[in-house]
Amino acid sequence: MALLDYFLRKKEKQVTTASKAKERLQIIVAHERHSRNKQPDYLPELTEDILNVLRKYIKVSDESFSINLDKKDGNLNVLELNIELHDEHSTN
Amino acid sequence: MARIIVVTSGKGGVGKTTSSAAIGLGLALKGHKVVLIDFDIGLRNLDLIMGCERRVVYDFVNVINGEATLNQALIKDKRVSSLSILPASQTRDKDALNKENVGKVLEELGKSYDFIVCDSPAGIEAGAMMALYYADEAIVTTNPEVSSVRDSDRILGMLASRSRRAELGLEPIKEHLLLTRYSPKRVAEGEMLSVEDVKDILSIPLLGVIPESQAVLKASNAGEPVILDTMSDAGKAYQDVIERLLGETVEFRFLQVEKKGILSRLFGG
Ligand SMILES: Nc1ncnc2c1ncn2[C@@H]1O[C@H](COP(=O)(O)OP(=O)(O)O)[C@@H](O)[C@H]1O
Ligand SMILES: [Mg+2]
Repeated sequence: MALLDYFLRKKEKQVTTASKAKERLQIIVAHERHSRNKQPDYLPELTEDILNVLRKYIKVSDESFSINLDKKDGNLNVLELNIELHDEHSTN
Repeated sequence: MARIIVVTSGKGGVGKTTSSAAIGLGLALKGHKVVLIDFDIGLRNLDLIMGCERRVVYDFVNVINGEATLNQALIKDKRVSSLSILPASQTRDKDALNKENVGKVLEELGKSYDFIVCDSPAGIEAGAMMALYYADEAIVTTNPEVSSVRDSDRILGMLASRSRRAELGLEPIKEHLLLTRYSPKRVAEGEMLSVEDVKDILSIPLLGVIPESQAVLKASNAGEPVILDTMSDAGKAYQDVIERLLGETVEFRFLQVEKKGILSRLFGG
């Protein structure tokens, strides 16, 4: 019955194929945009230099260190360093 | 200075050529001097949609190679005298176009036209890049469907990084979303991405929504751009696009399913 169908269909709204499509697109587009925003050329060298300075004072393995340059809205760029410190801080 | 507008999409078959023809003719009907350029080297369809295929003597590549002058290659539209078409070649080498020689042709055209509308080939390679390189504005033609939306986003990436404006650090290309082959009924049934969905994902301003319409096939059969079918839904939707391109604010139409009577809604049909 059409009237019944009408209400049943309303309930199903959340799981339509269109909403699935939107969700998938949002993920893939965000991912592709991220990888498109190429990192600047100086980043590898900067990473190397920062690591060398840090290693004068503390033990840092390659795995416990990450560096990221993110473009935020507008003209704002954020350089993000992540360093995991382990128990023995000092190298000497 | 001429406004250079590229009609682009990434994905093929979404309505770029249909839209280029409608928009070019629509702008000319408003009294502007317009030249439509077919960048789809090798395929050449714009002349067919414009209904001037039998008048093609020389083409874009002939002009590039110095085998013909621009004036020899340009075809004057029979309906609107302020509109010209520069057809693509059918068989020639796609690599004939480069930034330098295309730039020269556009510069020359810019002296005598108000609008240069570039119909882009599909893809995100050299051909599409050439069509968008010199653009001031881009009409990103998109169908409410996953692969088309994703390709449109890739084109947005190219506009922002590979265009002349991006390379010279000028003001970015003005982006417009043109949603085509839209079916409000299927959207209502949850089978098709809605205007809002696509706007959310691509986040660029909406220029128009063209409904899926039988008038488009009729128009291409006749070689009369659909904007001339002033009684059709697609024709009206393209009219609105023209108004918006010329700076008017026009309400969006054809976004809702046409209302049925209350009885048929309750009892089916
Ligand atoms: N609004 C529409 N309604 C129905 N069919 C359409 C519509 N827009 C385009 N088409 C059809 O889709 C096909 C591809 O259109 P076309 O303009 O050639 O796309 P493209 O240039 O992007 O490859 C054609 O058969 C055309 O008639
Ligand atoms: Mg085409």
